[in-house]
Amino acid sequence: MSIIVDKISYTYEIGTGFERQALKEVSCVIEKGEFIGLIGHTGSGKSTFIQHLNGLVRATSGSIYYDGQDIYDKDYNMRELRSKVGLVFQYPEHQLFETDIFKDVCFGPKNLGLTKADVELRAFEALRLVGLDESLYYQSPFDLSGGQKRRVAIAGVLAMKPEVLILDEPTAGLDPKGRDDILDCVKALQQETGITVILVSHSMEDVAKYVGRIMVMNDGMLMFNGTPKEIFSHYRELEEIGLAAPQVTYIMNDLKNAGLDVDVSAITVDEAKASILKALGRN
Amino acid sequence: MIRDITIGQYYQTKSVIHELDPRVKLMGTMVFIISLFFGKSIWMYLAVTVFLAAVIKLSRVPLKFIVKGLKAVLILIIFSAAFNLFLTDGEVVVRLWKLKITKEGIYQAVFMVIRLMYLIMGSSLMTLTTTPNNLTDALEKSLGFLKVIKVPVHEIAMIMSIALRFIPILIEETDKIMKAQMARGADFENGNLIKRAKAMVPVLVPLFISAFRRANELAMAMEARCYHGSEGRTKMKPLKYNRRDRIAYAVLAVYLCGIAALNIYMGGRII
Repeated sequence: MSIIVDKISYTYEIGTGFERQALKEVSCVIEKGEFIGLIGHTGSGKSTFIQHLNGLVRATSGSIYYDGQDIYDKDYNMRELRSKVGLVFQYPEHQLFETDIFKDVCFGPKNLGLTKADVELRAFEALRLVGLDESLYYQSPFDLSGGQKRRVAIAGVLAMKPEVLILDEPTAGLDPKGRDDILDCVKALQQETGITVILVSHSMEDVAKYVGRIMVMNDGMLMFNGTPKEIFSHYRELEEIGLAAPQVTYIMNDLKNAGLDVDVSAITVDEAKASILKALGRN
Repeated sequence: MIRDITIGQYYQTKSVIHELDPRVKLMGTMVFIISLFFGKSIWMYLAVTVFLAAVIKLSRVPLKFIVKGLKAVLILIIFSAAFNLFLTDGEVVVRLWKLKITKEGIYQAVFMVIRLMYLIMGSSLMTLTTTPNNLTDALEKSLGFLKVIKVPVHEIAMIMSIALRFIPILIEETDKIMKAQMARGADFENGNLIKRAKAMVPVLVPLFISAFRRANELAMAMEARCYHGSEGRTKMKPLKYNRRDRIAYAVLAVYLCGIAALNIYMGGRII
């Protein structure tokens, strides 16, 4: 189920005088079961890039292979691809439209042409996966809180049982509690079902804790691609493109410069704590 | 998808036309439209064409941009051409079954097509070279005399500029929601009319909700800044005529007089 992206470029509004190149020869491989963080500044091309992965936007040049098949082939079934690569847009709660939550989650699987029983089963499963309370299932989606609405929207995509789940800034506009809830939920989901997850964000803090690999985009190009530890060792370059490494990285580097022998590649607070205690000889 | 709509769009560049006072452009568009319906001689259409071409050249807006606006009214143009072609009485040229094409009909049809095309091109040239804000400013100022009879000119202008401002936002929003629903397997392209209309529900409901939300937020933001209509309100950039605008008015006057003179000279003749 791997996705191979081969040198895709994309230019907005070709031939209108407002042309803008959003992607410049981006190549990468996404393996089954990976948890990837896609990071970049606003306008770096992240959102455009992910819309290519399920065929919503067609690359101006380059090709994408899903499961070994070229998705730009004439007889390739785009709708099937969209059911396999689930894309949760930014502020997905703005796409809710049904009279109750359950019906809204049913929308996706219904479009796949499943039987009523299958559709409802999937909707139940998806709502359970995002941890929404059962008492809410038959309420209007517009009565929920921001965080709950977002879960419903994510469930709407999960109900299609995608093999790859892409989340575009799932934590934007949520409070710290809501943010952790959503990300924990995605992590649990990934471990439970083994689906591939691509998490788009501009916050390193968010991503560092959860993902196995980070891709950094800048100005339409893929700038770095590696494990969080590798990426954060470039924290000076990250700063130059308007991003930042997690705060822990800064503390650890400062400590190191101050003469304390700590591990600068620590990412989470716990790792940092262990490393500092060890350096102080108190573990 | 829906980004192809160019009517009401602004094309950003620097040109003499762009820098004219919007009131001049408003007046110019009106004069141009009136001149289109003045007469029906070939020489007049030639003069109008030269004038339009010159203004387009001066505006530095690529021609294909202006022509793109015609796509939206293509059907209208075809219909009016067909009606004029077949339903005008006169000297019969071709007879097809029960339909007859007359010499007068051909002239009428051709002129009607030219008129409609130029009408659209002229008015889209105005919107392409004038920001919506400038345009409503011009309307407000030009219609200011209506205040005497208690017409809320400022409020109407404000409503217009907000409406215009919302068009691109709503188009973008529609695009986004459509994509989001397509990602959930929605199909907007296939099926019969009823099926397709039904497929729009998942787009329209969120779109309306967001439009109301935005309107609410905007009203709130305006009230927070103590907006209360036109009473005692001054402009940051008041409209002021300068030399360029006076020259433009002079050119317009000459153009209108020229066209009028041409028509009087031609009488009712076509060539």
